[in-house]
Amino acid sequence: MSATSTLRKPETLRHSAVVRVTHWITVIAFLALLVSGGEIVVSHPRFYWGEVGNVMTKPLFTLPIPSSRHTVPTGYGYVLPDQNGWSRYLHFQAAWAAVLTGLVYVIWSLANGHIRQDLFPVPADRKWRAFQEVFTRSLRRAPTEQAAARSYNVVQQTTYLMVIFVLFPLVIWTGLAMSPAFTSAVPLAASALGGRQSARTLHFLVSGLLVVFLVVHVAMVVVAGRMRAMITGRVVVAKERT
Amino acid sequence: MTNFSRRKLITGGLAATAGVSGLAAAALAAQRYGLIPPDHGGVWGPGETLTYAAQRLLTTHSPAREFPRSMISKMPFANETPPANDAFKHHQASGFSDWRLAVDGMVARPASLSLSDLRSLPFRSQITEVACEEGWSYIAEWIGTPLVEVLHATGLLPQARYLVYFSIDPGWWESIDLADALHPQTLLTLGMNEGDLPVSFGGPLRLRVPRQLGYKSVKYITRITATDSLKGFGKGLGSASPEDGYAWYAGI
Repeated sequence: MSATSTLRKPETLRHSAVVRVTHWITVIAFLALLVSGGEIVVSHPRFYWGEVGNVMTKPLFTLPIPSSRHTVPTGYGYVLPDQNGWSRYLHFQAAWAAVLTGLVYVIWSLANGHIRQDLFPVPADRKWRAFQEVFTRSLRRAPTEQAAARSYNVVQQTTYLMVIFVLFPLVIWTGLAMSPAFTSAVPLAASALGGRQSARTLHFLVSGLLVVFLVVHVAMVVVAGRMRAMITGRVVVAKERT
Repeated sequence: MTNFSRRKLITGGLAATAGVSGLAAAALAAQRYGLIPPDHGGVWGPGETLTYAAQRLLTTHSPAREFPRSMISKMPFANETPPANDAFKHHQASGFSDWRLAVDGMVARPASLSLSDLRSLPFRSQITEVACEEGWSYIAEWIGTPLVEVLHATGLLPQARYLVYFSIDPGWWESIDLADALHPQTLLTLGMNEGDLPVSFGGPLRLRVPRQLGYKSVKYITRITATDSLKGFGKGLGSASPEDGYAWYAGI
C-alpha cells in the first residue's frame, strides 16, 4: 500500500464507538474471568457429570495439575496456596461487567441494525460454498476484497453470532446453574443441564471453546493487520491488486 | 472536533444526569430494602452488592432444591476434621449431653437450649445438596429444628436484621440476613441420613443454610445472636469469611 493510495482513499469507519468500547471492556472482563476461573478450578481440578461429585465419587475427567486443597488426591506431593477468596470476588465482579456490557452491546446492536446488517449473512452467503470461498481465498493468500474492509465475511459473521448468542449465553447459564440461591428460584437452570456438576463441567468446556475462539480471533486479527481498526475504529482501504 | 453538536451535548448531559440520579435512587432503595452486603466496601464492593441485591430480589422466599431419597450420596464427603480444642473434646467424651445453644441479642426471651430442648421444638427433615465453593457437592438428608422455630420461641425482636452464629471452634462464625434466617429450610441440624449428625459433618449441631455455599453452614454451633447491625462483630464485615478474603454472601 503506497502513501498516495492512502491519500486518495481516505480512512473508512469499520467499528463504531459503541462496538469498540463494549469490545474492550469485554476483553478485560473475559481475561479476568479466565484467570480467576482457572484459579478456582485449581481448588478442585476434577469434573463430574450429574448432580453431585466429590473426591469420594468417580470423576468424568481430571486435570493433571496440582491442587490448592490437601483433600484432593492429585498425585503431586505438594499443595498450592489458596487463592479462591479474591478469585471468586473477581470472577463475579468481572461476570457482572461482561453481562452488563453485553446487554448494552446487544440492545444497541439490535436497535440500530448492526446485528441484522453486519452480522447476519446475506442470503447469497447462507451456503457451504460461501464458507469454502472464504477459506480458499485465505489459503491462497488473496488480498482482502475492498468491501471486506467495511464488512465481515460469512465465516466471521457465523463465528461472532455463535460467540454472542450461543457461547456467552451458555457460559452465563451454566455459571448461574452452580448458584444454590439462583437455582432455588429457577430450579430448571440446573436440572435441564443434568444437575449441578454437569453445569460445572459444561461451564469449564464452554469456557474452553471461548479460549479457542480468543486464540484464533487474535491470530486472525494480527494476520489481517486489523488490531488498529478495533482501537481507532478506522481502516485504510487499500486498492485491490488484481 | 466537529462531531460535537449542541444536540449531542444536551442529550449527553441529560443522560448523565439521569444516570447519576438513577444510581443515587438505587443506592437509597438498596439501603432501605437491605440489599447491601456488609462487605460492600473496597474494590469488590460493586460486584458483591450487585450479586447480593439481585439474588435477594429473586430469592427471598424460594426454596432450595430438594431431591428424592434415591439421590442421597452413598459416600458424602466430610471435608473438615473436628475442632482440636479441649472444650470440644470434653463434650465429645461425654456424648454431647451438656451441649448448649445460647440464643441472645435482640430476642425477647434469651435462652440456653440443650439438644433435647431443640428436639422438643417442631422438627423437619429435608434432602438438600451441600455445595462447596471449591466445586464439589453431595446430597444428604438433614434433620433438625428450623432456626425460625427457635426464633419464634425466643421472640425475635422486630428491629433485628441479622443472625450471627458461632462455632465452638474459635474464629469460626458467620451471619445471615433475615431472608435466610426465617427461611423454613434453614435448619439447626441434629441428624443426618436418619442417624445422629456425625462429628465430621458438624455434629452435634450444625446450622444448614441450603441456599448458600457450604461455608455458611457452620459446624459445632454454640451461640446465635440476633442484631440490627454487624458493625460490632469482628472487623464489621459480617463474618469471619470476609476477614479471610471470602465473600460474606455465598448464594453463588
